[in-house]
Amino acid sequence: MKSKTALTSLLAASVMAFGFSQGALAQNTVKIGSVLSVTGPSSFLGEPEDKTLKLYVDKINAAGGVAGKKIELVIYDDGGDANKARTFATRLIEDDEVIAMVGGTTTGSTMAMIPVFEEAQVPFISLAGAIEVIDPVRKFVFKTPHTDKMACEKIFEDLKKRNLTKIGLISGTDGFGASMRAQCVKVAPNYGMEIIVDENYGPRDSDMTAQLTKIKNTAGVQAVVNPGFGQGPAIVTRNYAQLGMTNIPFYQSHGVASKSFIDLAGAAAEGVRLPAAALLVGDKLPESDPQKKVVTEYKQAYEGATKQPVSTFGGHAYDGLFILVEAMKRANSTDPKKIRDEIEKTKGFVGTGGIVNMSPTDHLGLDLSAFRMLEIKGGDWNLIASGS
Amino acid sequence: MAEFLQFLISGLTVGAVYALVALGFTLIYNASGVVNFAQGEFVMLGGMVTVFVSAAGVPLPLAAVIAIGIAVAIGLLLHRFAIEPARGASAVTLIIITIGASILLRGLAAIVFDKQFHKLPAFTGDAPVDVLGAAVQPQSFWVLGGTAVVVLALYVFLEHTITGKAVLATAANRLAARLVGINTTTIMALAFGGSAAIGAIAGILVTPITLTSYDVGTLLALKGFAAAMLGGMGNPVGAVVGGLLLGLLEAFGAGYISSTYKDAFAFVVILIVLFAAPQGLFGRRVVERV
Repeated sequence: MKSKTALTSLLAASVMAFGFSQGALAQNTVKIGSVLSVTGPSSFLGEPEDKTLKLYVDKINAAGGVAGKKIELVIYDDGGDANKARTFATRLIEDDEVIAMVGGTTTGSTMAMIPVFEEAQVPFISLAGAIEVIDPVRKFVFKTPHTDKMACEKIFEDLKKRNLTKIGLISGTDGFGASMRAQCVKVAPNYGMEIIVDENYGPRDSDMTAQLTKIKNTAGVQAVVNPGFGQGPAIVTRNYAQLGMTNIPFYQSHGVASKSFIDLAGAAAEGVRLPAAALLVGDKLPESDPQKKVVTEYKQAYEGATKQPVSTFGGHAYDGLFILVEAMKRANSTDPKKIRDEIEKTKGFVGTGGIVNMSPTDHLGLDLSAFRMLEIKGGDWNLIASGS
Repeated sequence: MAEFLQFLISGLTVGAVYALVALGFTLIYNASGVVNFAQGEFVMLGGMVTVFVSAAGVPLPLAAVIAIGIAVAIGLLLHRFAIEPARGASAVTLIIITIGASILLRGLAAIVFDKQFHKLPAFTGDAPVDVLGAAVQPQSFWVLGGTAVVVLALYVFLEHTITGKAVLATAANRLAARLVGINTTTIMALAFGGSAAIGAIAGILVTPITLTSYDVGTLLALKGFAAAMLGGMGNPVGAVVGGLLLGLLEAFGAGYISSTYKDAFAFVVILIVLFAAPQGLFGRRVVERV
C-alpha cells in the first residue's frame, strides 16, 4: 500500500514536472497571486485581506470571470516574515506564473518582494501602508492603502482649523508607528505645527502612563497625536483617560480604524478623533456620496460571508483586486505589461478607500479627500463635517 | 512628587506581573532544573480562557477558576508528555523542548480562540483613584494585592507544609530527597501545575489593564526570565524583587530618561548586576536546612 502511494505521488510529481497538467483548463483561467500575512503579528491585517480576496474571486468567477477567463487565486501566507514573503514572490513568478499580484500585507514584506516583481515585469498592487512603497515611483508597483503621510496631513489640517499648533507625539516603535512619526515630523512645518514633546513606546508595552505623564507635564501642549496600530493605541487611550488628560484633544491614526479599537479602549475612547476611510462610516454617509454604494455593498458582502465586522484592511484588498480586474478588462489581455499600463491609467475608480486617479507619477491615486475625519462618540464613529 | 508616584505605581504594577512570571520560572527551575520558556503562555491562557469562558455567559469569578484549572491541566500535560520522557537529557535539550511547547501552545491558542486582542472588565470599575496626585487604576491594587497573596501563599506552602518541604528538599538535592522517600516525579508535576496556576492568576489579574491576545506570552517570558536572572535563578525572594525592580527600571527609565531607551536601560542595568554578581542579587543558597 505504502509503496503504491509513493509510486502514485512520484508519477504525479513527474507529470507536474513535465507540465502535462496544463491542459485545456489552463486556456480559460488566469492566475493572480497573493502573499499575505494571514498568521503572525500582522494577522489582523492579513486575515480580512485573505477572506476578501477569496470571497470576491469566487463572486467574479460565478459571474463568468474576467474577459471570458476564470481567475485562479494563488495565496501564500508569509506569517509576517519578509524573507518568506520574498521566497513566495519568487515562487509566484517562476512556478505559478501569475500575471499580476495583489498582496503584501506589511511594508516589510512588500519592500522585500518589490525587486522580484520589478525584475519579472509583473504588476504588483501592494496592500501596505508606508509611503516608501510608491515613493519613488516604480514602474510595476502600485498600492491601495492611504499613506501615513496623508494621515498626518489630515490630522494637522483638522488641528489647524481648531487653531491648535503645539503638539505632543506618542508613537509606537513598530514599523507603522515609527514611519508615521517620521512623516508627521516632516510635514509638521507645512501646517505651522510645532512638536514640543516626542515620546514613544514598544509595540508590546502594557503601560504608557510614564510617557503620558511626561507629555502632561510639558507646558503648552495643545493636542496629542498617537501614531500606532495594534493594541498599543488602545492602552495609550485608556491611560490618557486614567491620567485625566481628556481636556487635551487626542488624535489617533488610521491604524486603529476598526471597531475593535473602540471595544478595547472602552469609555476612554470618547472624544478621540482619527482620519479613516469612508468604509467605517458607510451608513452615515449622505446618499449623494460617491463612495456610499461601494462601501455599503462591500460591508454587507464581507460581514455576511465572514460574520466578522468589516475592517479597512479588507477594503484595501477589495480595492486592489478590482483596480486589477478593471485594468484586465480594459487591456482585454493577460499580458502583464499591458495590464500594468492599464492600472496606471486608472481614473475615477470608486473604491472603499477613496476615489482613485492614478498617473505615471502617482501609483496610489488618492488625495486627502479619501480620508474622513471621525470622532468617537457614544461608542461609535461620527463624521466631522469639514470646517468644524 | 505626583510624577514620581505615578511612575512608581506604574512600575510596580507591571513589575508585579514580571514577578509572578519569574516566580513560575523559579518554582519549576527549583524542582527540575528546567528553565521553562512556556511560562508566558500560562499567563496568556489565564487571560484568554477567562475572556472566552466569560463571553460564553459564565460569571467572571467562575471563568477565572476554569482558566486556572485549564492552565494547570496544560502545565501537568507539559510535564507528563514533554519533560518527563526527556529526563536525563541535557539542560539545553529541555529548554528547547519548552520553547517548542511555547510555540505549540501559541499556535493552538490562535486556532482555538482567535488572533484578535481582547479585554476583561476591571474587577472594581475604571474610575481612577487619586493617590497624592497620581492617578491609579483600581485594577493596579488588584494586581499588587493578588501578587502579594500569591507570594505569601507560596511562602507558607514551602516553609510550613510537608509537601512544600518536599519541594525544597527536591530542589536542594534530588537524589537525597529520593533516598528519604520523596517521590520527586510527583513533586516536579506539582511544580509545573503550581507554576501554571501562578501564571494564569497573573494573566487574569493583569488582562483588564494590558489586554490579551494569543501571543502575549513571548515578551512576558523574556521579561520574567530576565527578572529571575536579576534576582538570582532559583530564589523565590529574588524572583519577586527582580520582577518589581525590572518594572520600576522600565517606568523610571521611560519617565525620567527617555522612552526610546527604556527597554535598553532596564537590560543594561541587569547586565551590570550580572557582571558584578553572576549569581544575581540573591544568588542561590547552597545549603538548605529542611
